[in-house]
Amino acid sequence: MAQGVWAIAEQREGEFRKITYEVVSEGRRLADKLGQQLTAVVLGSGIKDKAGELAQYGADKVIVADDPRLEQYTCDAYVSVLAQLVKADTPQIIIMGASTQGKDLAPRLAARLDVMMAQDCTAFEIEDGKLVATRPIFTGKAYAKVTFAENSVPNIVTARPNVMPINEADSSRTAEVVDAQFSLDDSELKTKVVEVIKAEGKIDLTEADKIVSGGRGMKSAENFKILEELADVIGAAVGASRAAVDAGWRPQTDQVGQTGKVVSPNLYIACGISGAIQHLAGMGTSKVIVAINKDPEAPIFQKADYGVVDDLFKVVPALTKEFKKLLGKE
Amino acid sequence: MNIIACVKQVPDTETQIRIAPDGKSIVTEGIKWVVNPYDEFGIEEALRTKEKFGGQVTVIGLGPKRVTEALRTALAMGADKAIHISDDALEGSDSLTVAKALAAVIKDMEYDIIFTGQRGIDDDMAMVNVALAELLGIPHVSLAIKLEYSDDQKSIKVHRPVEGQTVVVESPLPALVTCQKGLNEPRYASLPGIMKAKKKPLETKTLADLGMDPSQVGEAASKLKVLQLSPPPERKPGKIIEGETPEEKAAKLAKLLIEEAKVI
Repeated sequence: MAQGVWAIAEQREGEFRKITYEVVSEGRRLADKLGQQLTAVVLGSGIKDKAGELAQYGADKVIVADDPRLEQYTCDAYVSVLAQLVKADTPQIIIMGASTQGKDLAPRLAARLDVMMAQDCTAFEIEDGKLVATRPIFTGKAYAKVTFAENSVPNIVTARPNVMPINEADSSRTAEVVDAQFSLDDSELKTKVVEVIKAEGKIDLTEADKIVSGGRGMKSAENFKILEELADVIGAAVGASRAAVDAGWRPQTDQVGQTGKVVSPNLYIACGISGAIQHLAGMGTSKVIVAINKDPEAPIFQKADYGVVDDLFKVVPALTKEFKKLLGKE
Repeated sequence: MNIIACVKQVPDTETQIRIAPDGKSIVTEGIKWVVNPYDEFGIEEALRTKEKFGGQVTVIGLGPKRVTEALRTALAMGADKAIHISDDALEGSDSLTVAKALAAVIKDMEYDIIFTGQRGIDDDMAMVNVALAELLGIPHVSLAIKLEYSDDQKSIKVHRPVEGQTVVVESPLPALVTCQKGLNEPRYASLPGIMKAKKKPLETKTLADLGMDPSQVGEAASKLKVLQLSPPPERKPGKIIEGETPEEKAAKLAKLLIEEAKVI
């Protein structure tokens, strides 16, 4: 019988990404509820020394697949290795991040194993020994509680970034670190990463802890400067509504909403965004929402925890100045 | 080149989602159905590929009768022919089954490249596309914002933005590419296009045509069960920050975010 919870780690250039700690922590909670073991699975190259660290966040065991061909994520290689490991060990649950990597990997792994998966979940429970996942659908306009059929094991799920709390590291915890047994045939590896173009110093919106976002009310590309200044002071990323992207003021990668990114930061400051249903869908799971808009009737105020009805061109610079003062950054 | 674009029909993004009395589905009455916005980027890329290299664009969709409207839209944009997979037994199928039905149609076709949206904006599962590639045994690259063909048209280079960087992935053809905003600007169907679309071939295939067993599809055979749908959690009512001047409001807001919300 299938047994155990697996959390799939995600690394880039030999460093674990934040989502790794999120899925290991959540995996620990699920394993505790089931009374089972948590295994962290690490794929990469030369990463074995780091792998033991995952014990501190709850892993009982760490499986390391170490191969130069796993240094960069490619779906071909990662699915091949994981499918082999799953067949050998038959876990009950596999949790990974709903990052660009996990969202790409999980469905293909599921298809290879002839099982279903549940993408981008925001909560997990164990009911009668079975995994129940909650996932936003229609970009958050509704939530679905789902569970897997008996013939869909392992239960493969991805967890939305920034949602699962990270366990406090417990340095007294250790785990057995074992080498994965697998074979990789070069003929399986069809796709190749030929270049990586880095956006230096830019925090991705889906991973950002704080986002300052601008909409139609920003009026021009140049005016986003005041949002960038505010973002700088509080350590936030800058996002945009579809209106601002379609106007050409911001790149498409900055768009938040139903046809852009779905974000879940601790703080979302919406400036000059009226709050179209598509935008609200993309940021509705943010923990604290602030709206700054001169139109008191703007729908964004119905979602906001804090609203300022006033001219954003006066409020935002004043807010930046205030934070500089309060945070001692003057 | 033989080019395939998969098309899903979804509720328009303006749709307010209402939960049906059974608590497991949505009220479909009054919904305006449209081509999944991400699939439009796929259709457009398929058309551009044909315009560059010649060939034929086939669009494929699955679902009830209304899905033919989405396929006609794709034909009006310029696709050459359409295949509609339609069978009552498919109602409530999971993403894996939908991928199997698409694969059953495509496996006997000649194709060089398949385009899909990066996800359907209804169930947000982003599985059918990738599972389809797996079932066909071809590579896929997801989240394309730029696509280049090699001179011999035997491989592609795809720009795929991931967190904080863009990865350029090379893949041999045939391959499946999932598309998103930034890849292109989808064209509108022109009036002559709409007229022509009426005469273009639209073939319907049932499960029997695909050689699929009706007992292996549909809601009963689904490997993912919906227990309950609910509206998004209510947010507690917010505070409107009062003050005489913008500066005064900003000062109050900064203080609240630090001391009350504790997010800074």
